[in-house]
Amino acid sequence: MSKSTLLWSVALAAAAVVIPFYLDASWLQDGLFAMAAAIGAIGLNLLTGATGQLSMGHAFFLAVGAFGYVYFASVPAEGGHAALDGLGLPTPVAAVLAVLLAGAAGGLFSPIAARLKGAYLGIATLALIFIGHFVMSNATPVTGGHNGRPVPPLEVFGFVFADTPDAPLVIAGVPFGALERLWFLGVVLLLGAGLFARGVLRGRPGRAMNTIRDHEIAAGVMGVPVARYRAGVFVLSSMYGGLAGVLIALVFQQTVPDYFGLLLALSYLAMIIIGGLGSVAGAVIGAVFVSMLPRLLTRYSDALPLIVQPGQEGVGAAEAAQILYGLAVVVVVLFLPGGLLGLVTQLRLRTGRRIASAPAAKHSLTPTPETRN
Amino acid sequence: MITFIELLVNGISIGAVYALIALGFVVIFKATEVVNFAHASLLLVGGFIIAKTHESVGFWPALLLGLAGAAVLGALIEFLVIRRANVVNHSVLAIVTIGVDIVLTTELTRQIGTEVLALGDPWGSQVLHLGAVNIPLARIAALLAASAVIAAFLLAFKYTNWGVAMRATAEDAETAALMGVRRGRVSMGAWAVAGALAALAALFMCIFPTPGLDRTVTATAMKAFPAAILGGLDSTTGALAGGLIIGVTESLVSGYQGELVFLGRGLGDVAPFLVMIIVLLIRPAGLFGTRELARV
Repeated sequence: MSKSTLLWSVALAAAAVVIPFYLDASWLQDGLFAMAAAIGAIGLNLLTGATGQLSMGHAFFLAVGAFGYVYFASVPAEGGHAALDGLGLPTPVAAVLAVLLAGAAGGLFSPIAARLKGAYLGIATLALIFIGHFVMSNATPVTGGHNGRPVPPLEVFGFVFADTPDAPLVIAGVPFGALERLWFLGVVLLLGAGLFARGVLRGRPGRAMNTIRDHEIAAGVMGVPVARYRAGVFVLSSMYGGLAGVLIALVFQQTVPDYFGLLLALSYLAMIIIGGLGSVAGAVIGAVFVSMLPRLLTRYSDALPLIVQPGQEGVGAAEAAQILYGLAVVVVVLFLPGGLLGLVTQLRLRTGRRIASAPAAKHSLTPTPETRN
Repeated sequence: MITFIELLVNGISIGAVYALIALGFVVIFKATEVVNFAHASLLLVGGFIIAKTHESVGFWPALLLGLAGAAVLGALIEFLVIRRANVVNHSVLAIVTIGVDIVLTTELTRQIGTEVLALGDPWGSQVLHLGAVNIPLARIAALLAASAVIAAFLLAFKYTNWGVAMRATAEDAETAALMGVRRGRVSMGAWAVAGALAALAALFMCIFPTPGLDRTVTATAMKAFPAAILGGLDSTTGALAGGLIIGVTESLVSGYQGELVFLGRGLGDVAPFLVMIIVLLIRPAGLFGTRELARV
């Protein structure tokens, strides 16, 4: 580990610990969404960025994770017409099962995921969104139908990740409610997810995946079991999606089927393109960019031209954010091969060269224009 | 039986409209190897122009404006984005078109808002009675117009210079370029044609019995993707077959919703996707698509 990497890690870790003490709840909530998005985007980047398999259906696996957790963790509620089923399992078990369930859903899709590629796979996964929406709106006892259902808070060894008004937790004068507690859970999960994905990408599987992306026949000739790898990466990627879904459910405290639509799936694709294909850091950067953009635009809408306050005629902050990230996708592909991460690397190389004869560029996980899919 | 015939004719008519969209999709794929996910927004643009202009200039000029507008937009996307994107793999180009789609759809749905725009077509809500079978005139017009346009397109694709150039480019782009085919012009032409086809489809998608153009049209247009895929992305015949299969399936499933209610509500909307998945399980390259073979 080089000195600058160490420095960066320490700075990021310090920021992650300090932030909940200073920022208010709404920022924390957005930060948590960004973390959940980052986990999902890392998964998608393994699939689309590193292995070259286009998936437009990632929102489906998020939904499986979210509703899986709610179903496993909830106690059945008798309510006549609006009766909700549930297994009432301990919440950590439910969370793990939900992730496994998302993986199983990805595995069920593997007859298609292993055989199709390119646009065919993209549109086949698009079907998942529509089929998922259909199932979610009809399986009312599990999903709560159109209005969704409340999410039971996670509880690990007696520690509840929720607001506890009767036994408030105060650390350094800051009351620790649901969001502050979840923040640290999110940091841990994101760290674990990121390190695992990095391990996969840097090791033997990662090389096999990149070879499949770059030249499938060559990969097969060199002994990579292509179909098995494709199915496997699809399963892994859907488990990441499931984990992201669980985290989103915990933050939202209410799961709604409509949220997991086409727009969400497309925004995940936008994240990995904007951040940088095929790497963990790229996925995280893209996720932060895409999920914080609407928030920033809303916050500073009165200072920005062209954006109006909610309720007025004109381009609202949410719409402006969508247009911006749509444009960002186009601009990145046209002008920034490698995404924002590639830009950072380039800048660092340039400044490094100027200061001193910097050490030669090390092997970077950012795909060069030639190897990008 | 009467219901069945009505549903079948309706399905074929909707299928012909899906075929129009799928055909544009296939044309773009053949000419530039790009899967155009912005197709739904081209459609929305065409419909929007028709809806906004028909009151001041009349329906037929508005239709022409809509066709031209969508064609110009298609050509612009090709010229400004696709041509300039310097990528080797075409999956990334597909994602770029998603970016374009996000921008266009967001802006247009914002313009449309919660309104339902009428397109001012001359058929209105008239219904043709053939014995006991009742079929909306608009659906018959859709069927006839779509068939005529598709036939004209296929003839042009086969016999005109433009069609030959396009097919040559699809077969082997480099050789075609060496033979003097202008690749830029061919791909721009393909995008323009696809835009015009999409605009025409938008018209027939938003007239009776649908209330008009609203923000959900793009979701409806999404059903043309399975149509193109299940027929085979690189096959014009496939686009036709796929469109008809999807249209008839959707119409029958929605029509017999009452008997199928045990399967859940809204089955008509997912039926196209289910059919596509089943077809892809059996034939991964679609019904008429060329199987990709590689020589090592």
